[in-house]
Amino acid sequence: MSRQSNRATDSKKMNSELFTLTYGALVTQLCKDYENDEEVNKQLDKMGYNIGVRLIEDFLARSSVGRCHDFRETADVIAKVAFKMYLGITPSVTNWSPAGDEFSLILESNPLVDFVELPDNHSNLVYSNLLCGVLRGALEMVQMAVDVRFAQDTLRGDNVTEIRMKFIKRIEENMPAGDE
Amino acid sequence: MADEALFQFLHSEIIQYVNSAETGESENGRCVSKLENMGFRVGQGLIERFTKDTPRFKDELDVMKFICKDFWTSVFKKQIDNLRTNHQGIYVLQDNKFRLLTQLSAGKQYLEHAPKFLAFTCGLVRGALSNLGVKSIVTAEVSVMPACKFQVMIQKI
Repeated sequence: MSRQSNRATDSKKMNSELFTLTYGALVTQLCKDYENDEEVNKQLDKMGYNIGVRLIEDFLARSSVGRCHDFRETADVIAKVAFKMYLGITPSVTNWSPAGDEFSLILESNPLVDFVELPDNHSNLVYSNLLCGVLRGALEMVQMAVDVRFAQDTLRGDNVTEIRMKFIKRIEENMPAGDE
Repeated sequence: MADEALFQFLHSEIIQYVNSAETGESENGRCVSKLENMGFRVGQGLIERFTKDTPRFKDELDVMKFICKDFWTSVFKKQIDNLRTNHQGIYVLQDNKFRLLTQLSAGKQYLEHAPKFLAFTCGLVRGALSNLGVKSIVTAEVSVMPACKFQVMIQKI
């Protein structure tokens, strides 16, 4: 019978739900701890950043992706490799700026928001803001300063979730002060 | 499907956050409480969806075996290594290589921080049991990392 495969898929599903539910518990706790949505957004971004700076190592170790030569390549790697590896989704990369320094990631579905509804009194909450921090932190570790924000959010009534990423500048590698 | 590593990173970060948010003498206790409560909510939600189509459990021991095998495997990719009970409502679940502890150095150095890394999971188990109709108190202890024991005390209502 198919009992065996049911268990396996259940297992994977539950793992995803573990993350989603834990994230929900975190946001709930933050809403209790902070008075306004802006503070929660900032905290989520900060926590995301902390995760991102460590996640990048895990990513580089597991993905065998080489150095990206330009921002376009970076965008592709983020969408097709990173998002797929960690969240099981592949957002599309669109809306490139003419200068090639800004693009959008369009997520048809966002695993973080399964089972989530925003109550009316939290209209300014960017629920998935952790993602922005993660992307920012991870890219900083590979010498890229970027600005990441949500342009559209299904939780706030939009049709899709859109993350806008803008390249700010290359970060010069800081050589530790040594005995020169 | 969210990757396991993501959960571990998030879990670590949540501990960091709760730790820094709590200052003062009873900090450790409040920390652990907060984490345990978060785990409780998650455990309730998880078990609800996981056991939607599962047939009723025969008895309390059956429930505990389910936690040790199916639940633990789903959440931590391995089963509980050893289950002991006094058949009077106390169960000890031993995990010799607890995944959420493997990040902390093996050995005695970080022993004092270990409770924070176990609190969420204690809540997870308590929440899961709660939605299976079993009221309990769950505590955990570490002697040698990364091995730990979860103690479940069934509360007769």
